[in-house]
Amino acid sequence: MKKISLNALGALFAKIASTMKLYAPIEKAGQVDFYEWNESEKVRLDVLKTVKSAKDVFFPQVEDLLKFRVEGKSIEMNEAPKCEDDFVVFGVRGCDARSFELLDRVFLVDPRDEFYAARRAHGIIVTLACGAPEESCFCTNFGIDPANPGGDASAWIVGEELYIEPHTERGAALIADLEDADASSVEAAKKEISAIAERLPFANLDLTGFDGEHLMEKFDDPAWERLSKACLGCGTCTFVCPTCQCYDIRDFDTGHGVTRYRCWDSCMYSDFTLMAAENSRHTQLQRFRQRFMHKLVYFPSNNDGLYSCVGCGRCVAKCPQNLNIVKVIKALGGKKA
Amino acid sequence: MIERARELLASGEVNRVLAWEKGENDFDRTPAVFTADNVDSLVYDGLCGPNLSKYLVGEMEKEGKILVFLKPCDSYSYNQLATEHRIDLEKVVPIAVGCRGKIDVEKLRAKGIKGILSVTEDGDKLLVKTLYGDAVVENRKEVLLDKCLACKGKEHVVECEVIGESEDTTEGDKFGIVAKLEAMTPDERFAFWRGELSKCIRCNACRNVCPACSCVKCVFDNPNTGVANKAAADDFEENMFHIIRAFHVAGRCTDCGECSRVCPQHIPLHLLNRKFIKDINEIYGGYQAGAEIGQRHPLENFDKGDCEPSVVHVRGGARK
Repeated sequence: MKKISLNALGALFAKIASTMKLYAPIEKAGQVDFYEWNESEKVRLDVLKTVKSAKDVFFPQVEDLLKFRVEGKSIEMNEAPKCEDDFVVFGVRGCDARSFELLDRVFLVDPRDEFYAARRAHGIIVTLACGAPEESCFCTNFGIDPANPGGDASAWIVGEELYIEPHTERGAALIADLEDADASSVEAAKKEISAIAERLPFANLDLTGFDGEHLMEKFDDPAWERLSKACLGCGTCTFVCPTCQCYDIRDFDTGHGVTRYRCWDSCMYSDFTLMAAENSRHTQLQRFRQRFMHKLVYFPSNNDGLYSCVGCGRCVAKCPQNLNIVKVIKALGGKKA
Repeated sequence: MIERARELLASGEVNRVLAWEKGENDFDRTPAVFTADNVDSLVYDGLCGPNLSKYLVGEMEKEGKILVFLKPCDSYSYNQLATEHRIDLEKVVPIAVGCRGKIDVEKLRAKGIKGILSVTEDGDKLLVKTLYGDAVVENRKEVLLDKCLACKGKEHVVECEVIGESEDTTEGDKFGIVAKLEAMTPDERFAFWRGELSKCIRCNACRNVCPACSCVKCVFDNPNTGVANKAAADDFEENMFHIIRAFHVAGRCTDCGECSRVCPQHIPLHLLNRKFIKDINEIYGGYQAGAEIGQRHPLENFDKGDCEPSVVHVRGGARK
């Protein structure tokens, strides 16, 4: 266990950033998201949840994949460069840290996504325990411990000090110069976090019946009509979600060629399943149902029972009309039909 | 309200009711359509921020009449949608409900109140229960939604039955913030909007909630237009989206403020629209979209008193 005064963090960040890129929760125009750090940026480790999750760092909202350049009768093709250098993501909460493992199950299986894989191989994750979980948090339902957030190293804020415990060699190398610390105050902080986690209003959701065996019962449940009624069909829930991984690949006409890019897509959008023949989902009910069936039924039935939700609660806090996965779990969970 | 809704359902005058229900958190309010079976779970209080008017567009395809409860500011959106023939007045029974401004839970959070479990109103006071103890907000006006700071007044512009009293929650000049932006140098103003608009994640919540954005299919959702940009070609494109959208709804925007309420990044989008409203007021005389059904707004109308485009261009052109 190492420690550093919160006042001295800027120096630690500067040291890390002198050799590699550093991403941290940074405030811009009043909102906090993960951005690349430099000395003029305002880091907000006190903010529990960034608006968007930390997944951007590994799976950015937009990225170029390929460029075609047409000259006369020749076409030149260049693949976009992949990440080649190590970088650090600092201040990732336990929920977001788990989301990377879920994204791995999508992007690192055959066919492997080399752009994502390169970033994962080079990313060093420093997590931060959740000092004050919010009412929207429900990570403990998915076996996540907000007091022990994992990653290459974990950090805890106790008073004016930041304690860091490395879990891997890469994590240890980052903080090798910091002074050694006694772990007892961190143990007390962990106990406090766990005590709050137990009192969270959504701490004990009943996920019984969300599995492949009950797929059709869940799909046909009449409750979807009522649950989806107020859905605006916006993409807020999907874009703030750490585990939503759907994307679109499109070509941008540059005038003398094409830039092929990938961007996040949302199953809430009307053209999400648009195919040459037709669109298989006609209504917002169908789109809404897809999002939750994917997270709570399809994903676990293909991935050893792991739900594609980490309980970060961003959808709970951000849905303009207060629809969310907790509402769905409460309406459809706890029964085997 | 529940009683009145039950009466109208029982008499067969309407077959469903558009109102609000409680969400998962005690303080969450979600628009919902009720029938006689579940109308008892209807809720109306200081947390019912969402404007219901646009939901009527989707209800028009169904059989029978629907009862809708309208707050004073929502009644402007209702009239505007009726003007644009997006709602059929024959199929709606509106009832006006009183409003004294709606609470913005995000503003409670901004005050440093964490882990909110419930919000209870006690006159002008708010009692907030949280995971970390209780808090009291002495004056609810400190935490009203931005839209309530530019309240259009307690008047309901839809002629119908009224339940409950309203209050005008505006203090001071509702165009004050716009005037501040106008007073900035162009570079400062550019920096302000770049900072705000660059946070956009293009979730389209502002567009989807907007009662003036009532196109059946948005040009940006149609892959055949060639402009359906799911990704920004450069870092100004998101900024442009909002500017274009503000132009598109100019003259039809009632300043209902839903765009800013729903923005996950807290971009003050309503200020773009309010700037247009201020300009229209100054150049063409006072105009309020949705004040009555069937109005033609100044940008689609012409009268001989209109100032010349050149005057509009240099500003300050007095109306004759």
